[in-house]
Amino acid sequence: MAETEARRTRAGGMRAWATVGAAALLVAAACTTAATPGPTGTPQATTPPPAATTPPAETPAATPAETPKPSGKIVISNWDLYMPEDLIPNFTAETGIEVELALHTTNEDIMGKIEAANGGGFDIVFVSAPFAEALAKRGWAAKLDKRQLPNAANLAPEADRLEYDPGNQYSIPYTWGTTGLCYRSDLVSFTPDSWNDLLTPRDELKGKITMLGTDRWLMLPALKVLGYSINTTDPAELEAAKQLLLETKKSLLAYDDITFYAKLVSGEAYLVEAWDGWCNYGIAENPDIKWVVPKEGSDLWSDTMVILESSQNKPAAHAFLDYVLRPLTGKAVAELVYYKVPNPNAMRLVDPALLEQFSNLAMTADELSKFGQPERDLGDAAPLWARIVAEITAGG
Amino acid sequence: MSRLARRLVLLGPGLGWWLVFLALPLMVVLAYSFFRRGTYGGVVFDFTLDNYVRALDPLYLGVLGFSLRIAVITTAVALLIGYPAAYFIATRPRRWRTPLLVLIILPFWTSFLIRTYAWMVLLNREGLINRPLLALGIIDEPLPLLYNEFAIVIGLVYGYLPLMILPLYAAIERLNPELREAATNLGARPIKVFFTVTVPLTLTGIAAGCIFVFVPSLGNFIVPDLLGGGRSIMVGNLIQSQFLKARDWPFGATLALALITLMMVLLVVQARIINRDRPVSADAG
Repeated sequence: MAETEARRTRAGGMRAWATVGAAALLVAAACTTAATPGPTGTPQATTPPPAATTPPAETPAATPAETPKPSGKIVISNWDLYMPEDLIPNFTAETGIEVELALHTTNEDIMGKIEAANGGGFDIVFVSAPFAEALAKRGWAAKLDKRQLPNAANLAPEADRLEYDPGNQYSIPYTWGTTGLCYRSDLVSFTPDSWNDLLTPRDELKGKITMLGTDRWLMLPALKVLGYSINTTDPAELEAAKQLLLETKKSLLAYDDITFYAKLVSGEAYLVEAWDGWCNYGIAENPDIKWVVPKEGSDLWSDTMVILESSQNKPAAHAFLDYVLRPLTGKAVAELVYYKVPNPNAMRLVDPALLEQFSNLAMTADELSKFGQPERDLGDAAPLWARIVAEITAGG
Repeated sequence: MSRLARRLVLLGPGLGWWLVFLALPLMVVLAYSFFRRGTYGGVVFDFTLDNYVRALDPLYLGVLGFSLRIAVITTAVALLIGYPAAYFIATRPRRWRTPLLVLIILPFWTSFLIRTYAWMVLLNREGLINRPLLALGIIDEPLPLLYNEFAIVIGLVYGYLPLMILPLYAAIERLNPELREAATNLGARPIKVFFTVTVPLTLTGIAAGCIFVFVPSLGNFIVPDLLGGGRSIMVGNLIQSQFLKARDWPFGATLALALITLMMVLLVVQARIINRDRPVSADAG
């Protein structure tokens, strides 16, 4: 079924798994990164000026004093299959604002496009939280006008205090969740509740565990066990985490960002480090698959919506964000992608059967923020992280 | 239209393509390698040689060494499988050759990624090889076929074997059978005929096939990721992670450039082999 397939293949926010589809050799990789010819689908660069200055001929100037109603056209870039199919048509039908949807496969993909256009090319981009932070720090994200976002009141209070963007000044979280352990309750003889169950596995689990391979999540379990921040830039702390992970590697089946839940379904793996939403894809196929957030805590990832400073039609872009923040829109998103939305009024509308089937969908904002620490952009420490991870993954 | 103008018109598309999609990007890669990463990604245009110093770190040299080893093994295995296969096809009656070659190329009609996933289905612990063997009692424990070096080599050989067979076929097919007959008539045994006549005369094909397999094997990052389980990264993974994870384009560019340089050297070696071979072919033809 197309929809199930969609869920499984969509490249959700935080994952930087660029491998899929990138059957490129190095030269090709270098070429695309270096010479990406700007945004894929730039429309006419200049959107019509706001109606106030040039009212369309057919509209009589009836409400002269009021703020002009957003109109015109906006360009959005999002991951494929990350929005309900009817979201944009419904938005356009209601507001008259045309939307052109571009797709990106990874955060870095869209960052590269924005970079190539020097901060331009799109009105709204969907990126994971650390990338929203980077966009804001580089001056490419527009400061949001909350007066134009009345539905932001639907956001959980916790979602307004995320440390990568306190007060959501530059970004609005679209989905959020955490990382934990996903396991086969019928094949594991105990109930895992600690990252140590993964990092120093019992004999029954040796060779039957996988960890996420992307830097941030590869390091996360060890940093949590050692009591460090998941955003640490301290070389000594990273080194300690590395030693622990090198030990774990001996018992590891694979580092896997893409097929880990399929490995649980096939019985190849019994216990894997997993993003909550992806564990759900496994649970959907085998109800014996269970989910737990380890007691040491975890991350609180979020995928966000950012309006670019270069946007020529910020009122329309705000209108779109506000539309997404409506409870009914949020419900549709959660039911499509099996991720939580940071919108309790939306989560209340989600089909209770889904909440029961996928336990992590039922996590409240309070629980989530108690357990999870948001990822921050690593700034100048990113190369150090990459090096530590290379030291772990190099060699047998 | 003058001669020159006509030439330019005819060469234009090709040269333009080359310029836009090869020369310019390479220049950008070269330029980036001398700059520095910005705090939040991107490139800061301060001239530095730091990236080159970092690239010489034993960690990265180790990864390069591992990649070279995998690529050499892959190429050798592909040659051992590919040469007999190409020889077989080239010596069939003419009407059989094309269908056989089509069979060799057939897998190329499916995405490389999907074919790599197929190997995961075959090789995994609960997979199509292990399960029947276990059921038949031939083995007690599943064979560790996946997520190791063995799996990486299998994936690469499988993926690039056609690139070995095709140039070998072209070289062997061109070979005048009378040369082999002459050697046999003069008393050479088959082994001797093969190594003193056939192999030297098909050296061009061997060199081309080996380069075609070696170069993409060295830079591949999908196979070590999926079949290797990400446990033994190759230089392609290293470059990919600089661009996509560390967002360190300048250092990624430096690593890519090092790899491109290495490959250029190999291509020069291949060209020399072909040139050396040319007078011999001319005599033979």
